[in-house]
Amino acid sequence: MQLESMYQDIILDHYRNPHHKGLRDPFDAEVHHVNPVCGDEVTLRVSLKDVNGEPVVEDVSYDSLGCSISQASASVMSDLVIGKPVAEAMTISQAFLELMQSKGQGEPDEDVLEDAVAFAGVSKYPARVKCALLGWMAWKDATAQALSGTDQAHSDSPSNGGQA
Amino acid sequence: MTSVHLDVEAVRADFPALARTVRNDKPLIYLDSGATSQKPVQVLDAVRSAYEQHNAAAHRGTHLLGEEATDLYEGARAKVATFLAAQPDEVVFTKNATEAVNLVAYALSAPGQNPDLQVRAGDEVLITEMEHHANLVPWQQLCERTGATLRWLDVTPEGRLDTDDLDTMITGRTRIVAVTHQSNVTGTVPPVAEIARVAHEKGALVLADGAQSVPHQPVDVTALGADFLVFSSHKMLGPYGIGVLFGRAELLEAMPPFLTGGSMIEVVRMEGSTFLPPPQRFEPGVPAIAEAAGLAAAVDYLTALGMDNVAAHEESLTAHALDALREIDGVRILGPDTTKDRGGAVAFEVDGVHPHDVGQVLDELGIAVRTGHHCAWPLHRALGVQASTRASFYVYNTHDEVDALADGIRYAQRFFGAG
Repeated sequence: MQLESMYQDIILDHYRNPHHKGLRDPFDAEVHHVNPVCGDEVTLRVSLKDVNGEPVVEDVSYDSLGCSISQASASVMSDLVIGKPVAEAMTISQAFLELMQSKGQGEPDEDVLEDAVAFAGVSKYPARVKCALLGWMAWKDATAQALSGTDQAHSDSPSNGGQA
Repeated sequence: MTSVHLDVEAVRADFPALARTVRNDKPLIYLDSGATSQKPVQVLDAVRSAYEQHNAAAHRGTHLLGEEATDLYEGARAKVATFLAAQPDEVVFTKNATEAVNLVAYALSAPGQNPDLQVRAGDEVLITEMEHHANLVPWQQLCERTGATLRWLDVTPEGRLDTDDLDTMITGRTRIVAVTHQSNVTGTVPPVAEIARVAHEKGALVLADGAQSVPHQPVDVTALGADFLVFSSHKMLGPYGIGVLFGRAELLEAMPPFLTGGSMIEVVRMEGSTFLPPPQRFEPGVPAIAEAAGLAAAVDYLTALGMDNVAAHEESLTAHALDALREIDGVRILGPDTTKDRGGAVAFEVDGVHPHDVGQVLDELGIAVRTGHHCAWPLHRALGVQASTRASFYVYNTHDEVDALADGIRYAQRFFGAG
C-alpha cells in the first residue's frame, strides 16, 4: 500500500505530539490562515530577535485544527525555523515548497530539510500539498509582517527570497 | 445483488465509469454522488448524438439542422417540465443551480423592475444555517446590495431545521425564504411545503434548493408550494454545464433578465433594447443543445427507473449505512439518525482521525468520498465540527459498497491508532 510512503512514522509522531504547539506571548505578528477547500485553519505567531543586526526567529507558536499532514508539517516547520536567522529559515521554506511541488520526483536535501524530508511522499498527492504548506505559508506571512512592522525591514528583505 | 426497488446490476452496467479500477487496482466504489453523479451511457450517447447528428444553433435560421437543434432543446425543456409537474414556460435553463439562485437574487434587486418584487432596505430575507453556499452567499450579497436584513433559521443538534419559531422568523417584512429541499451534508429534508404555507400567508416568496432532492426523490413543484426551485443536471446523471430554474409563470413574467445579450432580446436598437418573454428572456447566448439533450436523456433514465424506486433504494442504503456506522466506536454521524425525512448523504466524524486522513485511507481502498465542509461551512459550525467525511449514495450503489465503507473506516482507525 502506498499509504505508508506518505504517512511516515515521523509524520504520525509529529501529529500525535506536535512540537511548539500553543499560542505564546510575546509575539511580533499573528496571522490566521485557512484552507477554504477543507476548512483546516491555523493561527500562528512569530517572535523575532535581533542578533548582530540580523533578524532571528525566536519563537513560533500556533494553534490549529486540521489533518495529520497539516498538523505534522506545522510541527516540523516550527522545529526547523526556531533559532535560525530569518534568511536561512526562508531558504529552508523555499526548499520545502519545491519538494512539495515536485510531484514525487523531488530529491530532498536532508541537511537542509531534516525531518521535513519525510513529507516527500505527500507531493504525489496533489490534494494534500496545500495541507503540508499551510503552516509554512502562515509562518512566511507572519514573519513578513513582523519584519515590515519593525526597524529591521530592508529593501532586500528575506520575504523576497533572501540572500544566501 | 439486486434490491427490491431497482435492478442495481442492470443499472451499474449502464455506467462505464463504474468499470474502472483506481488506486492499487481496486475497483471504484463511488460514494460521492452528492458532489457529482456518474453518467449512464444513454446520457453520453445523447450528448454525442447531438454533436454528431443535430448540431446547429437553436432558435436561429431556417435550415433543417437548426430546426432539429431547436427541437432537441425545447424537447428537453418539456421533458424537465413534466418531470417536475410544471409547465415548459416555467423552466429556465441556466448553467447550474448556483447560477439559478443568482438569477433570482439579482432579479429581486435589479433597478427599474416590477416594484412589487424589489427588495429594499429594511426588508428581510430568510435563509437557514443548513444551506449549501450556493443558496447562502447570493442572499448575503442581495442584502448587502439593497440594505435588507439577512435572517436565518437554526439547525438543531440532531441536524433538523428548527421551525419552532417559523411564525416569528417569517415576518411581514420577509420578501423571500430560501431553503434547501435536501441537505447535501446531513440528508435532512426540511418541511418545505409547511414553510411555503407560512411564507405565502405573510406575502413572502419561497425558493427551494432542489440540487440534492430532484435527483433523488419525486418532486412536484405544485405540491411543494415553491415559487422557485433550482437544480443541476450533473447531480442527476446528466452532463455538466446545464441546470434549471423553475419559476412560477407570473413571477418569471415580472422579472428582469440577469445575463443579457443575444437570444433573449426582442428588438435591439442603439438607443435601447426590449426583451423576450420568459423563459427565453433568461437564456442569453447560443443554447447548450448537447447539454440539454444529455439532461433529457437523464430525465428519461430516471423516469424509467421511477423516482419512487430511486428514493426507496437510497433509503435502504442509507438505513444500512446508519446502522453500520452506528456500530463503530468513535464514529459520530452528523444529522438525523433515522431515514425519516432524510436522504442519502451520510456525513460523519471519526474520533482522532481527521476527515482528510479518513478520505485518504478510503481512497487507497478504492472508495471515493468527500472530505471537508462540503460547501456548507456554517452548517458544520452549527453542528460543532470543523470538517467531516461524507458518503453519498445514488442509483448505482450497493449494500456491499456500504459494508466496504464501514470496513474502510475501521481500517483508518487502526492505521491511525484510533480504533
